Parts: sequence; structure tokens; C-alpha cells
Amino acid sequence: MMEYIPLNFPFLAAALLVGISFYILIFKRNLIKLIMGIAILASGVNLFLVALGYRAGGNAPIYTDVPEGPMVLPVPQALTLTSIVINVAVLALMLTMVILIYRHTGSLDSEKSRKMKG
Amino acid sequence: MAALITHSPILIIAIPLLAAFLTLPIGMASKKARNALLIVSLAFVTFLVIILARDISINGIHIYTLGATSPELTLPGGAMVPIRIILEVDAMSIFMGIIWATVSLAAAIFSLSHMASETGQNRFYTLLLLMVTGGFGMMFTGDLFNLFVFLEIASISGAALIAFRTRFADAVEGGFKYIVISAVAGLIFLFGVGLLYAQYNSLNIGFLANAMQYSTLDIIALTLFLVALTIKTGMVPLHMWYPDSYTVAPANITAMLVITSHACMYAVFRICFSLYGITLDATTVGWIIVIIGLLTMFVGVTMAVFQTDVMRFMSYHAISQMGYMWMGVGVGLAVLGNPEALATYGRDAISGGIFHILNHAMYKPLLFMTAGALFHRTGTRDLNKMGGLGHNMKFTLILYIIGTLSIAGIPPLNGFASKFLIYESVYQFNPVLAVVAMLVSIITLASFTKAFQSAFTGPQLPEYKDVKEVPKPMLIGMGILAAGIIFTSIFPGLIVERIVNPATDALINQAAYVNGIMGGGMP
Repeated sequence: MMEYIPLNFPFLAAALLVGISFYILIFKRNLIKLIMGIAILASGVNLFLVALGYRAGGNAPIYTDVPEGPMVLPVPQALTLTSIVINVAVLALMLTMVILIYRHTGSLDSEKSRKMKG
Repeated sequence: MAALITHSPILIIAIPLLAAFLTLPIGMASKKARNALLIVSLAFVTFLVIILARDISINGIHIYTLGATSPELTLPGGAMVPIRIILEVDAMSIFMGIIWATVSLAAAIFSLSHMASETGQNRFYTLLLLMVTGGFGMMFTGDLFNLFVFLEIASISGAALIAFRTRFADAVEGGFKYIVISAVAGLIFLFGVGLLYAQYNSLNIGFLANAMQYSTLDIIALTLFLVALTIKTGMVPLHMWYPDSYTVAPANITAMLVITSHACMYAVFRICFSLYGITLDATTVGWIIVIIGLLTMFVGVTMAVFQTDVMRFMSYHAISQMGYMWMGVGVGLAVLGNPEALATYGRDAISGGIFHILNHAMYKPLLFMTAGALFHRTGTRDLNKMGGLGHNMKFTLILYIIGTLSIAGIPPLNGFASKFLIYESVYQFNPVLAVVAMLVSIITLASFTKAFQSAFTGPQLPEYKDVKEVPKPMLIGMGILAAGIIFTSIFPGLIVERIVNPATDALINQAAYVNGIMGGGMP
């Protein structure tokens, strides 16, 4: 049992990050904190994906000075890169909108700045 | 021509993408050239979709492997795992493609006038074309990760378009809600994709379906997919963002957002039928989808009755109508493991649900656009402030009536055809469901009559004495959709037989979908 814990460590960390982010998304009212929550969720998912790409004894799929032995398939790394790029775009767009919301309402509290109900 | 058909899946995705980034330099030189580029590229894409649809109806599933020596070569050199990016277009995908092409063309024509007074139009059209790319990608891809990527492309551009009129505080709020919801849903979806990759080392839907064990991890992944896509589709109880975002977007964008919502619904059906298929605990998942549909239908319509904002009112109706599709397809899914029940009513229920997607995709954008036309001329979305507009906006009035009769399911319009198919088949599964569906339809008619009365009838109000009919491009955009409604109303049998039933069979026949990928090993 004990020997699995180091191998599973990245997955536990990913689960922890996802848990923290859901706590933030549900209980925090500040819009900037909400965005931070999404950033943490993204990190958790990315960590999970990149941890999947690890195979004991495999080499990183980088072709310069590669040691002897099998190489891992770089699909999870490619997924993670794509996901990071997408999240940069999403976070930038969200921050832009928060600036505009602040200009319109003068508040970052999601209860005070909302206009639409019902 | 043959080469054009072979490469059409990627061209349909690539042409709007290319046009999106040409819009800015061309738009700086000439406004007319930019508008021409927009319309020509979307019209060409529509043409490609139609010839591809014809090809699929003759030759079956169309596979396109990116970067392979021949597009059908999914497993090069006898490989066991498809490693390239593969687009798999079957009758269901192209059915969604036809809808998306038509609605985005109509919305683009509509926006030529509707957005004419806004600043930054070049960027508006860039985003609009990117959204078209995202939608087509979601419908055509055969790969779960690409589904996520295209989902995000559609979401990001959609959020930016909702908040496009940044001078309105509520527009920015709606856009922010949309992007937050999309980001969370997208990441939950990605987590599910990761779980499947961890077990089967592939992302291809056909390959995964072939290897699917339905283990505990697969059930968790299915739950994550369903949660993510239910949020993105806007089903009750995760619909809170939906009316907020759809109300404040420009009307033509709302029309397109309705279809991206359908694209997420398509992803749900694709995952349930093609990815999990027979391994799925069909009765449980089917009932979950039916109950979500039932709740959505009922909550949506009861919320709509109270609304005074015309766009918000229609958004709640859009939520309510999506319940019908989930109910129809859910009933079909619940009896997937029972060939006898599937043949007697299950297939008809799925056909009804899918046919309702087509009908809803025409009348709901039309209604949103008429609401946009009212806003364009009166500057308000409040139904209590409008009145007597039928005197001056005769064409808008006629188009609104067509949409209303269709959404309420009044014979002989197309809404009736699909709703009747749903009632009939769902009744054999469980009579209560059909009764609720009919009740919802009656409330829909009642509330639309109320909205019609407050906006169009009555004496001419002094402040709207000089209101004119909306400009021609807006009428053409709405006219395309109205023509589609009338065509479907006159030939419902033809549409069901030629377009809807093949799509249903494509969903049910999981083996053909898998074989499209796993049978392509010939070098």
C-alpha cells in the first residue's frame, strides 16, 4: 500500500486543487476571487492530465540527447499545453469583463453588481 | 468536385476560421468588401454542407483523417490505435451542420443592419466567424479532446459577442456569467476526458466505444460529461445563467447561441449513444435525461409567463422547448437495450426529439430576431412599454406570427409535426410524460399570445408613430428562417424520411460509428 502513495501523489494534489476551487466558486462573492478559483480549477485539471503522461521507466519525449529506452507518448503533454493556452484566453477575457463591470457598477461583489434577477 | 467533397469536412471548419482573420485587414480597407467576404464565405460553407449531406446520404459515414496520405486511412500501417486527428461526419453530425450553416448565414445577414450603428464591427465579424468555426468543429469531430477545444472556441467567442455592446452594464454581466459557466463546464469536461484517456490511452470516440468496459471510472467520466454539458446546454436545475446571457446579447447572436446550446445537446447524445452505447445502463441514464427534460420543460415555461422583457421571455421559452428534445431522446435511450420497444416507439421518440431540434432551430432564432427587430426600432425590450407596433412593422408582425404558431405546435406548422411525434411515442412509454408535454405546449401558446398582444396590437402609441419597418437585410435574415419553417411545414414527411430518420439511425447504430474508425486499417 505504502509504495503507491508517491506514485499517486500528483493525483491527490490535483483532487485537492479541484476541491479548493469548488469551495471558492461556491462560497466566495468577490469576482476576482471567482476568477482565481477558475484558475486553480484549471491548474488542478492540467496537473491531472500531465500526471497521466508519466510512465515509470519512460523517457520524456524530447529528441535531443535522448537516453536509451522507450519514450512516453506525448499526448497528455500536448493536451495540457492546449488547455493552458485556452485557459489564458479565458482568464484574460474574464478579467477584461471584470474591469468593465467595475466601471459600470463600482463594485466587485457579485451580489451588489448584478442587475438581472428572476 | 470529388476532391471538394472529400475535403469538405475540414474546409467547412477552416473557411470560417480563415475568413475570421481576414475580416480585420479587409475591413480596414473597405466595409463593403468585408461584408461581402462574410456572406460569401458563409454561403460557400452552406453549399459545402449541402453537397456533403448529399454525399453522406448516398455513401454513408464520411471520415477525414488530418495529415494522412488518404483521408480514409484512420489506422496507418496496421496500427491498433488511431493516432491522428479524425473528423467523423455521420448523418447526425451533418444534420446539426445543416442547421448551423443555415442559422449562422441568416444571423450574419441580419447583423449587417442590426449592428450597423455599433463601433468595432470588424472585430464583431471576426468573433462571429470564430463562433461558426467552433460550432462546426463540435459537430464534426470524432475526438473527445477536439470536442473540448471547439467547445471552448465557441464559448470564448460567444461570451465576447454577448458582452459586445459594452456600454450596457447588463450586457457585460451576461457575458461574464456565460464565460464563467463555460470555463467551469469546459474544465469538468476535460477532467472526464482525462479519466477516459487514463484507462484506454486514446481520445478517439470510435476507438473508446470499441474498448469501453463501463467500469466505475467510466461511470464517473460519464457523470462529469453529463454535468458539464447539462450546464452548457442550460437545462434545469443548472439554467440560471441562460436567460441572463441570452437576454442581453445582440438578437442575431442569441439566435446563434441557441444553436451552440443544441451543439452541446448533440454532444450529450453522441456521448450517450456513440461513446457508451449498449454498455451503458440505458434505463437509468435514459430516465435521468427524461426527468431533466421534464423539469426543464415545466420550469422554463412557468418562469416565462411572468417575464416582461421580451428577450428574457423568449429565453425561458427556449429553455422550456429544449426539454422536449431531451425527453424524446431520453425515452429512446431508456429502451435502447430492448429491441422490441425500440422498434415500436423508441425510434420514433428519438426521431421526434431530433426533428424538434430542427424545428426549434428555425422558429426560436426567428422569434429572437423579431424581438431584436422590435428592440432595433423602439430601443426597449420591455413589453409593457411597447404597443401598436403592428401598424408600422407589418413584415415583422407576420414573421412573429409564423414563429408563434410554430412554437406553440399549432397544426399545420412544423412545431406540431415534431411535438405530435413526441407525444405519440412518449405516451406508449409513460402517459404522464405526454400529458405534461401537452400542458406545457398550451401554456406556451397562452404566453406567446400575451406577448403578441402587448407588442403588436392595440392603438398606435404616440412615441412609436414614426417607427419604420426594419431594413431589408434584417428581413432577409428572418425570411430565410421563415422559409425554412414553411418548407418543413408543407413537407414534414419528406424531412423526417430524408434527414431526421437517417440521423436517428446514425445515433442508434453504434457499430457503424465504431467501424468508421476501426475499419479504416487498409493501407
